[in-house]
Amino acid sequence: MSDQEIIESDLNTVLSSEEIAEIDAELAHVPYKSGAAIDALKIVQAQRGWVSDQSLQAIAKYLEMSAEELEGIATFYNLIYRRPVGDKVILFCDSVSCWLCGCEDIKQKISERLGVDYGETTADNRYTLIPVPCLGACDRAPVMMVGDDLHTHLDKQQIEKLFADSKQSDKGGQ
Amino acid sequence: MIIFVDGQEIEVKQGENVLEACLNAGLDLPYFCWHPAMGSIGSCRQCALVQYQNPEDTRGRIVMGCMTQVTDGARFSLNAQNATEFREAVVESLMLNHPHDCPVCAEGGECHLQDMTVMVGHRDRRYTGKKNTHRNQYLGPLIQHEMNRCITCYRCERYYRDYAGGSDLGAQASRDHVYFGRHQEGVLESEFSGNLVEVCPTGVFTDKPFLKHYSRKWDLQSAPSICSGCGVGCNISPGERYGKLKRVHNRYNHEVNGYFLCDRGRFGSGYINSDQRLDYSGLKGAGLKSADATFAAVHQSQAIETAAGWLQGKKVLGIGSPRASLESNYLLRELVGRSNFSSGFSDAEAAVVRSIINIQKTTVATNPTIKQMESADAILILGEDITNTAPRVALALRQALRNKSFELAEQLGLPEWQDAAVRNLAQDQLSPMVIVSAMDSRLDDVASQLISLSPAAIADFSCAVTASLQGQESDDKRVQQVANMLSAAKRPLIISGSSMLSANIVDSAACLAEALQAHKQAAQEVMLSFCVPEANSMGLGLLVNEDKRPLRLSRLAKKIDTVDAVLILENDLERRLSQSELDLIFSGKTRVISMDLLENNTLARSDLVLPVASYAESQGTLVNAESRAQRHYPVFEPAAERLCSWQWLLQLAAVMEHKKLAGIAHFDQIVEACSKSQPIFADLTAVAPDHSFRDRGLKVPRQTHRYSGRTAINADVSVHEPPQPTDCETPLAYSMEGLNRDQPASLIPYVWSPGWNSNQSLQKFQAEVNGPLKGALKHSGAGQRLIKSTQQGLEYKLKVTHPRMQKGRWQLLPMHRVHGSEELSAYTDEIAELAAQAFVALGETVAEKLGVAEGEMVVVSTADQEISLQVKVLSRVAKNCVGFSVGYDKTKSLRAGDSVALRRDKSWQPPQVIATDRGVASNGC
Amino acid sequence: MEKVLTRNIGPDQMPTDMTAYKANGGYVGLRKALSHMSPKDCLKVISDSNLRGRGGAGFPTGMKWSFVPTEDKCTPGHKYLVCNADEMEPGTFKDRLLMECDPHQLIEGMILSAYTIGADISYIFIRGEYVVAIQRLRDAIAECYAKGYLGDNILDSGYSLNMYVHPSAGRYICGEETALINALEGKRANPRAKPPFPQVSGLWGRPTIVNNVETLCNIPHIIDRGADWFKTLGRGEDSGSKLFGVSGKVKNPGCWELPMGTPIREILEDHAGGMRDGYQLKGLLPGGGSTDFLVPEHLDLAMDYNVIGAAGSRMGTGTMIVLDDRSCPVAMVLNLIRFFAQESCGFCTPCRDGLPWTRQVLEDIESGCAESEHLETLAYQIKYIGAIGNTHCALAPGAMEPLQSALKYFYDDFKQHISGGQCPYHKGA
Repeated sequence: MSDQEIIESDLNTVLSSEEIAEIDAELAHVPYKSGAAIDALKIVQAQRGWVSDQSLQAIAKYLEMSAEELEGIATFYNLIYRRPVGDKVILFCDSVSCWLCGCEDIKQKISERLGVDYGETTADNRYTLIPVPCLGACDRAPVMMVGDDLHTHLDKQQIEKLFADSKQSDKGGQ
Repeated sequence: MIIFVDGQEIEVKQGENVLEACLNAGLDLPYFCWHPAMGSIGSCRQCALVQYQNPEDTRGRIVMGCMTQVTDGARFSLNAQNATEFREAVVESLMLNHPHDCPVCAEGGECHLQDMTVMVGHRDRRYTGKKNTHRNQYLGPLIQHEMNRCITCYRCERYYRDYAGGSDLGAQASRDHVYFGRHQEGVLESEFSGNLVEVCPTGVFTDKPFLKHYSRKWDLQSAPSICSGCGVGCNISPGERYGKLKRVHNRYNHEVNGYFLCDRGRFGSGYINSDQRLDYSGLKGAGLKSADATFAAVHQSQAIETAAGWLQGKKVLGIGSPRASLESNYLLRELVGRSNFSSGFSDAEAAVVRSIINIQKTTVATNPTIKQMESADAILILGEDITNTAPRVALALRQALRNKSFELAEQLGLPEWQDAAVRNLAQDQLSPMVIVSAMDSRLDDVASQLISLSPAAIADFSCAVTASLQGQESDDKRVQQVANMLSAAKRPLIISGSSMLSANIVDSAACLAEALQAHKQAAQEVMLSFCVPEANSMGLGLLVNEDKRPLRLSRLAKKIDTVDAVLILENDLERRLSQSELDLIFSGKTRVISMDLLENNTLARSDLVLPVASYAESQGTLVNAESRAQRHYPVFEPAAERLCSWQWLLQLAAVMEHKKLAGIAHFDQIVEACSKSQPIFADLTAVAPDHSFRDRGLKVPRQTHRYSGRTAINADVSVHEPPQPTDCETPLAYSMEGLNRDQPASLIPYVWSPGWNSNQSLQKFQAEVNGPLKGALKHSGAGQRLIKSTQQGLEYKLKVTHPRMQKGRWQLLPMHRVHGSEELSAYTDEIAELAAQAFVALGETVAEKLGVAEGEMVVVSTADQEISLQVKVLSRVAKNCVGFSVGYDKTKSLRAGDSVALRRDKSWQPPQVIATDRGVASNGC
Repeated sequence: MEKVLTRNIGPDQMPTDMTAYKANGGYVGLRKALSHMSPKDCLKVISDSNLRGRGGAGFPTGMKWSFVPTEDKCTPGHKYLVCNADEMEPGTFKDRLLMECDPHQLIEGMILSAYTIGADISYIFIRGEYVVAIQRLRDAIAECYAKGYLGDNILDSGYSLNMYVHPSAGRYICGEETALINALEGKRANPRAKPPFPQVSGLWGRPTIVNNVETLCNIPHIIDRGADWFKTLGRGEDSGSKLFGVSGKVKNPGCWELPMGTPIREILEDHAGGMRDGYQLKGLLPGGGSTDFLVPEHLDLAMDYNVIGAAGSRMGTGTMIVLDDRSCPVAMVLNLIRFFAQESCGFCTPCRDGLPWTRQVLEDIESGCAESEHLETLAYQIKYIGAIGNTHCALAPGAMEPLQSALKYFYDDFKQHISGGQCPYHKGA
């Protein structure tokens, strides 16, 4: 058996039954299987943090799409991660209102504190820092999300407090 | 209907877009993403012009030509300053990240991006930032990937996925990082990937084999030619330099291949440069006939002399060939006499081709061109895997399936060229297509219904549908469904062919078409089309069609001892006869003279071999599946002592003092004689102009007017400039002098027009976008249809023969492969690589029963041989059937319909993985 | 003014569940419509009300709906209503409030809208980052299904509707309605060519209406209280109330429901409390990142679609971004252009490759290494990218709006960057 086929046959076992159940629920209200592509990517990412090549191939197979088609979708959207991320993703708003309210200083503070720039993951693998378009909380600028939590009216003390238990480190990871 | 462009009144067609209208009017409106066969999406914004509301409006607004439908009296400007500025800005921004590597780019000199850049006048770049760069992918042996050159026009994705139905190439990422490629590196799966080379407006996808011996387009010598890869007869433009065939480009024929070729057609001509080509005549030495006898190279004159000695006044048989030209076959037949001529088809091929011809001669159904097939609104395929037996037709069928969406679009008043909008509207809805075949086919993904039956059962099924149309009920629900689909359609297409070598299937398709036409009355146009085995199967079939008792190849073998010599024309008999029949031919005293291109066992066992020119070094007429006779011309002169086979035959006729052929010295005279020999060939002289054709007093040049280095091209051999070869056989010249403009469509060697160096210059040769070539209107059309049906219909009393299957045995059925099944192209390195190993194809249950998986080996035993073949597991297969890769060297001796036993090859061990670049190997190494 | 859209929303109010929503007049409009009004009646009320889309373009809602083919003019199949809750316009933060605090209002608006256009399936396409809103909407929808407000035979009316929440995977362009439709279909969110408009061929090729959250939230009130009532809400020429917001260096940034036509000065000074101490107003983007700058001389303009349009800008989303005198206008525009270049879908050339080019020119200017030709290049780019019709959708022309107006009002700032060889706002930095 060649490598290619090993990968092929393994694909059927990549997705967990929970993931499949969730994907099936989405499939119930789209007329074409490929219609659930984005939902399926998000479901798998919710479980695993990111979408690996293997996950992507498994989802594509399950939705009867080609991996190329799904890759085109996965790489189009900002919130589908095709590379590993830390335990929590910091979505840092760098759009205009936050910029007016000094988000650049805050970003610098985070970078110093965690030792990461945009697109990088801390050495302890706890955080990945990613810029995000306006988070729709401009009245409370500057803002960011850490995991699912929104943090508003950011200042340097707050950053210090928020990441107090995270060791300052050199640039790490991805 | 008229529009005004810069004050000029232009006649336009209702429904077309402004870009098409401008191009039709001969105006130079730049564009990128629009493609005549794929319509508009409005992404590149290059074809901008200004539209004015009314004569008083002086400001106007920018519109995209390709997205704007013409309306009567509408006013546009191409030359308004804001339009020209805008178009220049588009190119300037497209060039932001372009590497400007034209000198080392294979597209250079025929690059649409270069042309458009010059056309809009962009010169100085203002962007000073860094360029984005991409990583390239390995896409297989045919296509080279260089993403940095990409201008993101989306043509590749739209062609590959939307037009050709491929799934493994697409757009990734977004903004100015959009990337066109595969999910992971690997061989492109589509059989039509090569068109990316011509579809891409710059050098992202280039012809990889061409890169190994690259020349600029302007340095190529080209001639109009016909692909010899299958029976479709696509028009091609091969290019040569330094005596090597460099590459093959599409040659537009609006009724046949349009803009596209399959990969066999584009890449399968590498054999012409092969080391296995014969250069000199070979005469078996002293030990004639002995297995280890070697050939001695002899001069042409000596070969002819020897042959004359063997032939003159002797009893001679001739074996023709479905891959040789009509002229060569005709000459051979005349040389040996009608009753001594065998077509060279295997018996089974002969029967099925005869059936197809007889049907085409009488059917009430339309025998459609490929263009017409695209208009079908329901399709029934009987027994063919069309993608592999007539690839270009399969591409047309994929377009026909979109007729459903065009219907929906029409309801909304959406023009067909609004490509994205029409696709969004229709989503996955396709016109119905039912495939009735023994096993997997490459159109299964778009079929509305798949029915897996053995060849005899396919004929039965087709008869049942016929009966159902005639009012008989069937127990089989599927019969009724297919009958309903066909009778509901306005333009149903029934398509079958010879690949199962079953005349029953072909005849049953004809019965069905007759019944359908009768059922439909006049309102509908029933189309009936067939795939045939080889490039000139039809020409050869027509040549022997009127013979009452044609000399079958198997009978020829049996009576070989009664003759002195046999003359074989471009035919590897191993592919047509059994081992015992071959032994009859080669082991007796009969002298065997073979003419061919490449080494094979037929040549090895012959007494005298004569090297012949390939299609690219010779002229000839090939008759395609729809009975369209088309002419190919030599691109370059044959090297060494190769001759066109018709030239060998004329020389033989001369030394044999053959009376009937005595007056014939030139190609045109053969055509003339052949056209008079049978009424069916009457139009042969009209296929293309004869050698006396002159365009404004000049022959048509094979070389571009920028052809360089003519005086130095052979400087490594001699510093004296050799004279250009003269060509007294064709209307073409080995020269740069002459015009290449609006000569007959069959005489366009390449396309070029001032300012349009790329293949997009084709539009300057077309009478209108997607229409016929100007030359086809002015002169003859694109080839000549030889068969004109009497439309009497045939009374078929079809008796389907069912093979008797023993228990534990399977019926062996041929599986055709674009890469590997065709004899000559398989000698091309890249095609051989893609063809991979010969295989036996099993259904899942059979594989399970034998205890084998995909990639393992199974021993196939027929009555007289055992062959171990790699296993391919099928997703669907008819009962008791297994497939085999037909035409591969290893499976040459297997025949369609053989009854075989199967067992797991116990001696086979999986290859041990020493190292892999794909992570950890399965056995833990 | 009477609070309409935000009657259940306030600093000390809890997010509503169905009981709370109903207690304050919720689902009255729905009962009224389903029992007494035909879809045609509803359409007439909405048309008469002059409600205009609150997502940014301000297209009359009734007219938009009227393009949906009626049953007899349409092949049989689904029709769709889609709520555009993909609030990603920089500086915009109004829909989040409506969804987090009063989800049932949106749902009622959607049921009524779907009923009017004959849709049987509806989606809420919402930003993936709006985690709280997603959860509250899902809870509210579950309540509705449980109590017969969604699903088969709603309130025994014979009308059926399903509703799903679709969190986006994140992309600004999804706010464009046809790109949103592609995203809902699970595809790359490139905008589609128009025509055909989604009303005729939208989601999965079927008739589809896409409306903004705030637009849909207006529907229950208009149906309940009538078109005439709605028209009286506005102070100027436009009907109804509107959520206005202010962000930037003001004393009290926030979002308030005010009558249409409220003057900018009132919003800025009375509600947002004016500029923070030590800051002067230099300019403002009246309705999000893709609108043209207005300057102090425009402060007395009423926030009405046509009034703001006549002043050379757009009402957009109605959430203003305030530029103060200590922030660099060039850098602010650069921030916006970076955003738009980043969020370009990559489909058409002027946007995909033009915006990064503009970004590079602005970077040169902001970093002080530009020459006066750079300003000519900017003008050239504005002409090239800035006009609707030059590009495939409105993203890139929108991106040019703050730039072209900044060049108009803050030309000296650009010049100083070039002549001084550095950003005057970051001297010595």
